[in-house]
Amino acid sequence: MAKLIVDGKEIDVPPEYTLLQACEAAGAEIPRFCFHERLSIAGNCRMCLVELKGSPKPVASCAWGVRDCRPGPNGEPPVVNTRTPMVRKAREGVMEFLLINHPLDCPICDQGGECDLQDQAMAYGVDASRYADNKRAVEDKYIGPLVKTIMNRCIHCTRCIRFSAEVAGVPELGATGRGEDMEITTYLEHAMSSELQGNVVDLCPVGALTSKPYAFAARPWELTKTEAVDVMDAVGSAIRVDTRGREVMRILPRTNDDVNEEWISDKTRHIIDGLRAQRLDQPYVRENGRLKPASWSQAFAAIAAKVAPAAPDRIGAIAGDLAAVEEMFALKALMTALSSRNLDARQDGAALDPAAGRASYLFNSTIAGIDKADALLIVGANPRREASVLNARIRKRWRAGKFPIALIGEKADLTYSYEYLGAGPETLADVAAGRQGFAETLKKAERPLIILGAGALARPDGAAVAALAAQAAVALGAVKDGWNGFGVLHTAASRVGALDLGFVPVSGGKNAAEMAQAGGLDVLFLLGADEIDVPPGAFVVYIGTHGDSGAHRADVILPGAAYTEKSGIYVNTEGRVQMANRAGFPPGDAREDWAILRALSDALGQKLPYDSLAQLRQAMFRAHPHLQHIDQIAPGTAEDIRKLADRGGTPGKAPFRSPVEDFYLTNPIARASAVMAECSVLAEGRTMSAAE
Amino acid sequence: MAVRRVAPPEQQPKEFSFTADNLAWAKKQVEKYPPGRQQSAIIPLLWRAQEQNGGWLPEAAIRHVADFLDMAHIRALEVATFYTMFLLQPCGTKAHVQVCGTTPCRLRGADAIFDVCHKRIHHDALHVSADGNFSWEEVECLGACVNAPMVLIWNDTYEDLTPESFEKILDEFAAGRKPKPGPQVDRQFSAPVGGPTTLKTVKA
Repeated sequence: MAKLIVDGKEIDVPPEYTLLQACEAAGAEIPRFCFHERLSIAGNCRMCLVELKGSPKPVASCAWGVRDCRPGPNGEPPVVNTRTPMVRKAREGVMEFLLINHPLDCPICDQGGECDLQDQAMAYGVDASRYADNKRAVEDKYIGPLVKTIMNRCIHCTRCIRFSAEVAGVPELGATGRGEDMEITTYLEHAMSSELQGNVVDLCPVGALTSKPYAFAARPWELTKTEAVDVMDAVGSAIRVDTRGREVMRILPRTNDDVNEEWISDKTRHIIDGLRAQRLDQPYVRENGRLKPASWSQAFAAIAAKVAPAAPDRIGAIAGDLAAVEEMFALKALMTALSSRNLDARQDGAALDPAAGRASYLFNSTIAGIDKADALLIVGANPRREASVLNARIRKRWRAGKFPIALIGEKADLTYSYEYLGAGPETLADVAAGRQGFAETLKKAERPLIILGAGALARPDGAAVAALAAQAAVALGAVKDGWNGFGVLHTAASRVGALDLGFVPVSGGKNAAEMAQAGGLDVLFLLGADEIDVPPGAFVVYIGTHGDSGAHRADVILPGAAYTEKSGIYVNTEGRVQMANRAGFPPGDAREDWAILRALSDALGQKLPYDSLAQLRQAMFRAHPHLQHIDQIAPGTAEDIRKLADRGGTPGKAPFRSPVEDFYLTNPIARASAVMAECSVLAEGRTMSAAE
Repeated sequence: MAVRRVAPPEQQPKEFSFTADNLAWAKKQVEKYPPGRQQSAIIPLLWRAQEQNGGWLPEAAIRHVADFLDMAHIRALEVATFYTMFLLQPCGTKAHVQVCGTTPCRLRGADAIFDVCHKRIHHDALHVSADGNFSWEEVECLGACVNAPMVLIWNDTYEDLTPESFEKILDEFAAGRKPKPGPQVDRQFSAPVGGPTTLKTVKA
């Protein structure tokens, strides 16, 4: 630890700290534009100047190490001042220079109200300009459908360049020219291809990069901010939903170092127009082959008429990928009341069995644990498309060095280099048996991590592959005291919650594929399940939000609430229980899903015993106590992995394929979004030209 | 200095790749750097690409060099737009004249040299003359102040110019010949005009 006197206060900080960090530790506030905790240090905005005793000039605190400070003549600790007139004058000078070329267009700037430059100009700006010359004019650049550029406003902090090169791993942004003619652009104004590009808007300290879909839509002070959890993938990124009236205007990331740090993917951020389009806002009942608007009671009556004569084992329910645990708990309770054993939440047929123990389907190392891992084997997953934010975490660890990565499955650009081992289960068997060179690497590693993706599980031999991966994890030392490096990477936000609830076929019940078979069932409830085809025959009740494939197939549609319109608990891929708050109301006659199920249960004569969400949660917490520990993980045991390994089985030979073909169109909300459609077309164009 | 952009597509060659000789040379350049640091060779490689392309750097060459060094295209574009020695627009096929416009040359009559450029080549810098043979630009000090005014054409400097001698040099280039580089008056390198003025008595 190094001693330091900041503003007369003596503090003790680690010597690798920068002066800026040391000053913050001492409680001093340092203005900055280019410095960002999660990016490399550029030191080019000069806003963070502080006075360092003994230095003839003010120093940029973000780029000055504590260990580089010299002690006083008698060995006194270095003295730093952040509030002296000299510091103030220096920062005012910097601010004046920054404002020479910055346009005075705050009234029409989307950053207005949440602009670092605006805020800091309030503290360090002078009231008038001393410059009579014309301001610099810069042409606006096209860098994609998500980020709008107004390049006159750019102050060249280079945060966006550093983000795209370091965090996103797709170095597409750069600074061309030099001096006054420096411009931020992509190569010949090609669209950015990163799926994390929306974050550059948050990083931009001024209004040079703003959100294109959100352009001129709202002012930050008009918005109601609600803390929620993302459901686009199984990572469960912390988000803030900004609403005006009943409309969701934008989604921003919240900082959660355990999950998403402060990044979110473009799908998470820009899906909001999908929340307005294609919405189901009233119940429908199919009559003579056509869906007709109906009242709730008519819809319930139509369902009751079909459920009453059906035998219990001819009734079933499939939960979709976006469902919260509350509604799945209610649906399971309803199915139990109807004596049905046909339940499933694994539309893709992923071979995950809650009976094998919680560790068998969790990302046991935790997402933050990736930072501690020292070797990685990815099996049947494309983390970049299936969990972009988690992929950024892997890349962060890879950038730190000494992190060998190998992949079994589809070759893809994952933004980090890896050793490609093979395409299918045979290679995995080789690794498990130690016949692969990379097995040695994993064995030697202290904390090896094996990521098992949905591409390896959602296939007929998925159970055998899971057992094989567990064998590999056990044999290669990924499961030991204090470290569980067996990680299942889910693609559906609802999946872990559903498995925790036991939303799977009860002894002898039918699984999703069997239920969806022609002639499999008489009555099928789809709780937002759109990724599964149900052939004609069964009477399908669709509870959901969007006019997607499930609604097209449905005989009765009960309009539900999207994830921003209900309070719900979600369990992410690492088993972290997170609660999202309600940011708005569902449109029209649509209702929260648990309330629909409660009302439906009454109509079916099997009234569920809770009248409010709080009562439902109480019942759920009694049955599944770990769900009440919000933001915590109830870890699985290493024993589960060993048991899973013992299950054995013979995997087939088919190569692993990632289930996420198109990152931008994975769920009904995304498919209703015009912005996502545009991104998808662009991405497809890139794939096509790359294939040529 | 103005904003530097790559030339419009209609002026760009469709593709670019190093000749066999240049490729071998480029590989040697890359070997100078430790593994993983091959990107350090970008400036010499871009320069060689520019020479191969007749004095200017097309967009295809920037891409080619970036791919050759396994770096993002934008990173190569950053370098190419940063250094003014990389010409991003087509230049004269016979001569691209870089006229020094820094103080010593100006004091010694660079203005007259610029007048010749305006008259004979093009009114504006970095524009190709009507016949496509010549172009000119103003550059900062090229380090031959003793021999001011001077110009740099390709790799050679032509010094101690007058408008007349400069025109003669351009005539030579137009005729496809290569004039004698260096001082265009009676002196050796930077030695005094008209022979030695001191130390005349010293025997060699």
